[in-house]
Amino acid sequence: MEYEEAKQKIVDELTKKGKTKSKFYFNDLAKILEAKPRDAKKIVNKLVEERVLEYWSSGSTSMYGLPGTGKQAHSEGED
Amino acid sequence: MAKHETPMLDQLESGPWPSFVSDLKAQAEKRAKNEEGINFQIPVDVVDDLLGVLELSYKHGRTHWKHGGIVGVFGYGGGVIGRYCDQPQQFPGVAHFHTMRVAQPGGKFYTTDYLRQICDIWDMRGSGITNMHGSTGDIIFLGTTTPQLEEVFFELTHNMNQDLGGSGSNLRTPADCIGQARCEYACYDTQDLCYDLTQEYQDELHRPAFPYKFKFKFDGCPNCCVASIARSDLSFIGTWKDDIKIDQEAVQAYIGGELPPNAGAHSGRDWGKFDIQKEVIDRCPTECMWMDGKTLKIDNRECTRCMHCINVMPRALRIGDERGLSILAGAKAPILDGAQMGTLIVPFIEAEAPYTKIKEEVIEPIWDWWMEEGKNRERLGELMKRQGLQRVIEVLGVDPDPRMVQEPRHNPYIFWKEEEVEGGFDRDINEFRKYHQR
Repeated sequence: MEYEEAKQKIVDELTKKGKTKSKFYFNDLAKILEAKPRDAKKIVNKLVEERVLEYWSSGSTSMYGLPGTGKQAHSEGED
Repeated sequence: MAKHETPMLDQLESGPWPSFVSDLKAQAEKRAKNEEGINFQIPVDVVDDLLGVLELSYKHGRTHWKHGGIVGVFGYGGGVIGRYCDQPQQFPGVAHFHTMRVAQPGGKFYTTDYLRQICDIWDMRGSGITNMHGSTGDIIFLGTTTPQLEEVFFELTHNMNQDLGGSGSNLRTPADCIGQARCEYACYDTQDLCYDLTQEYQDELHRPAFPYKFKFKFDGCPNCCVASIARSDLSFIGTWKDDIKIDQEAVQAYIGGELPPNAGAHSGRDWGKFDIQKEVIDRCPTECMWMDGKTLKIDNRECTRCMHCINVMPRALRIGDERGLSILAGAKAPILDGAQMGTLIVPFIEAEAPYTKIKEEVIEPIWDWWMEEGKNRERLGELMKRQGLQRVIEVLGVDPDPRMVQEPRHNPYIFWKEEEVEGGFDRDINEFRKYHQR
């Protein structure tokens, strides 16, 4: 898959799911890309580098999201 | 005078142990006085507010920390753990209180100059509170603000040639024992392997793409000083293939009392005369040692490398010469399924740089399997349990070995795959009918 196509796919899918979910596991992204983890990682790394995606970490687990989404208050059902 | 009243924390100081509360109070006072004239980049009263929020947590019986966040240094998905206080008006000093993990040097060998430098960075740009070391082994910097993260990272990398460690769904900072640098039991160069894999797997360390955390730990011998067998997803434990080397004269010196057993350890009280039968031979878990007159004999085929005899008589018994390591997989602390120790997957492999076989035939196949089939937040040990040792063996492409079996299975059913059965599952029906009627 071409990088631009992959980028669009990720942005579209994450935006679509954004109403209910703002943070995604790496495996979710690999599924969207329909790619093996190692190939997906190359794309995801580049997306982070270009700031299309950003990391979120609890300290033990890492997730990915579109920048600016998923405020803490949202996950606690306050907005 | 303290900024916040902390009666419950004060009470903790009355116990018999050294108190972290006393340490925090000392640090709070040191920052307030600032006799060294440090140009503090985060609130001076960060430690006072830390004590305050902890007191409040005791009072309320609940935490006032928010969990996780998006903070980090550019390009790294690990090494920084975001922490925010949910009472920022009351405790502004700890409104941001992020943790940074700094990769510890191999074997935790430091120079005093290095320690001074990291403390100087952290006194200026953080709270000055460290954890030496965290469970994974890293140097932990506790408490700084978001703007200081890149500054600390810049100083560490540019001035100290020092990297951040791993956190999140990454390869965590690999940890090793002091190895051949100081220890004659080390069967391989733990620091070299640890450093080599750290450099090789930089992408895995800094950019999270695993289902969950993954830990390497390296023990030079089965004494397991870093407890890799219990604390790492892949545990590398030094071992040897040939015989334990025996110096019979030294054995007699131990028996005669000229050499102190255990290299003089546990000598704080009188244990009586050294008794080789009771203290060594009878303690051998496989009963593979005996005295033949004045000669100590070992049936090395039965030895399971428990290290007891070598630990008791280090001058008389030494590790063998054909050295390498065993690899165990799947140890973890409880969350799902309870704690697990590592399972032996590679009984013996040579450990010589550039370690190609270890990387290409063990680590990478294991990762490929786990990355593809591991569920989110599933540790390697849990995947191994879910899919079975048979699958691990398949992934590694090795033959099953009795040493991989901890105990006989409780379940008597064995499922064979067609390729494992000579001739497969197809049969010649005419040949069959010669012996069996319809």
